[in-house]
Amino acid sequence: MPALADLIEADRRIEHHVPWPRAVVAPKVWNLAVEQLANGRWSLLGLWGEPDKVHMALLDEALDIGVISLDCRGGRCPSVGQYHPPALRLERAAADLFGLAPQGLPDTRRWLDHGQWGVSHPLAAQPGAPAASASYRFLAAEGESLHQIAVGPVHAGIIEPGHFRFTAGGETVVRLEERLGYAHKGIEGLMAGASVDRAAGLAGRTSGDSTVAYSLAFARAVEAALGITPPPRAIWLRALMAELERLANHLGDIGAICNDAAFAIMHAHCGVLRERVLRAADAAFGHRLMRDRIVPGGTASDLSEAGASAIRSLVAEIRQRFPHLVELYDNTASLQDRTVATGRLTVELARQYAAGGYVGRASGRDFDARRSPGYAPYDQLAFDVPVLQEGDVNARVWIRVREVEQSLSLVEQILGRLPGGPIRVDIDTADNAALGPREGMALVEGFRGDILAWLRIGEGGWVERCHLRDPSWFQWPLLEAAVEGNIVADFPICNKSFNCSYSGHDL
Amino acid sequence: MRKLLFESLIRPPLTERPPQVSDAAVDELARALDGTARRRLGRSLSIRAVDAGSCNGCELEMHALNNAFYDIERFGFRFVASPRHADVLMVTGPVTKNMREALKRTFDAMPSPKWVVALGGCAKDGGCFAGSYAVVGGVSDVVPVDLHIPGCPPPPIEILKGLIALLDGANGRAGLAKS
Repeated sequence: MPALADLIEADRRIEHHVPWPRAVVAPKVWNLAVEQLANGRWSLLGLWGEPDKVHMALLDEALDIGVISLDCRGGRCPSVGQYHPPALRLERAAADLFGLAPQGLPDTRRWLDHGQWGVSHPLAAQPGAPAASASYRFLAAEGESLHQIAVGPVHAGIIEPGHFRFTAGGETVVRLEERLGYAHKGIEGLMAGASVDRAAGLAGRTSGDSTVAYSLAFARAVEAALGITPPPRAIWLRALMAELERLANHLGDIGAICNDAAFAIMHAHCGVLRERVLRAADAAFGHRLMRDRIVPGGTASDLSEAGASAIRSLVAEIRQRFPHLVELYDNTASLQDRTVATGRLTVELARQYAAGGYVGRASGRDFDARRSPGYAPYDQLAFDVPVLQEGDVNARVWIRVREVEQSLSLVEQILGRLPGGPIRVDIDTADNAALGPREGMALVEGFRGDILAWLRIGEGGWVERCHLRDPSWFQWPLLEAAVEGNIVADFPICNKSFNCSYSGHDL
Repeated sequence: MRKLLFESLIRPPLTERPPQVSDAAVDELARALDGTARRRLGRSLSIRAVDAGSCNGCELEMHALNNAFYDIERFGFRFVASPRHADVLMVTGPVTKNMREALKRTFDAMPSPKWVVALGGCAKDGGCFAGSYAVVGGVSDVVPVDLHIPGCPPPPIEILKGLIALLDGANGRAGLAKS
């Protein structure tokens, strides 16, 4: 059995691809890699296209990361999805955007392209005439007395747009099929040829709840490509922001999941704590969601003494109030009745899809990008990565509860050891990129899971191509599996326990 | 739970806490909102939110309006599940082409009089997504907009201010007769 590194060494290695290697491989090697995915030895971290090229980011058993690329003349390439289903939607997206034609792809329906763009294959070398907007063929479910429920793209609450097609037998969901792409803004198209600054702004607007994590992933990829190390204080401030973002989202989610079981008191109290986090973030960094505060080269705002004390009192308040809420959750039988054994995701599926975040960790997948591959300053911080095996809504709540506790501790550690000094270095992209194209990559742990950023900076310092892979790509399909056999009325609580991103997925 | 409920009874509500600057501003705005909404629309104003391809940032701040600090339902403002029940359509995002039809249909499903609020920088003119092949580039290109609330995303307090401005304006005319 080959290691990923050997496979890459043996082939045409790309010179400036940092920190992990990339190689353009022959179809035979590509297929060998697909085999490792299909038999469960390796995990798929991402798959994205370029005109006449397809790239695949992989994680092997030793947790080594690498990228392999395949030239596909005329867009023809062997489909990965036919052997490894987690690649399916990524391949459909690459087909829509770049006109790639994965051979043997079991599902050739368009995914992001709903026939509305006025153009087809918008990012191909030669974009095509607009595709006719044929109606979407949902997958069939056959049986006596089955009925369909169509939901969305406009939902009943304040939610992002997406369509859910349920087939139900009585109250029981027989099949759920998602249709996404409604929030597709063409972010990768806008990034191609943009300055690093503009692309950073777009990256921070890929998924609003993860704006810190996306800005961090993008900045780290740029810094890797250009060989820049931000000042120590910036690195620690970034982690501080990332943990605040995780706190705000987890607190909001814990409350919202309980709210979907009509247990409003948890929602109200968690909502208060979430608002406290946002206000502390505003006091510390000048923006409630900390948008545009992480930039390539460092951070855009420093932490004052007043900001630090706002965060300290935030931590004190959460430490005081949160345990009571956890106790309430744990001791309310009627609430547990809704969350325990509901929306169960098997360990095998979580592993096959390399599901990140609480979705993976509640189903036994012990992975956290902060620990492995790891990045500064987490190598100098103490934290646990909670893992459970049950895979139900309850387990996803408990992972969040434990991660709130870990993040509180991380925030305290960071505040206690925050180094002084500057917060930003200049990145002169033109100088750095003068020698030819440079590629960088980063894997960052957002609250939802690992976000992958990959980019190439060309001569002149422009972003040639940037791909951002949201954790939701590998979680959305699992929601379909987890909800099967549950009652329709439990879909909202299952969905909220996954809390996948629409915008981050649709790009 | 009893302990938590009891504590909530004896603790002063968050919405009436002694004034820090920001909390005082919330109260002042909330009082103004109360008076204006009643003059024009009786006791309530129903808001239907449509995400027309936003990054979800604006939605987060809309959600915050319902938390104990802002609690806009105190004044009869509420987010409703159906456009049939709505007076105000609150739209976020640069309007992706994939959402154009759904947005238009939601607007058409609302009874008159009705108002449209475009929330956030993208909803005004597409923001940083303007010029993309996948984006229409502003809510007003699809449905008539009465008010734009800027920000990326606008903080809850700014959304409240915007709603007051809308109601002040609405008092001067009969609302949109457009269908």
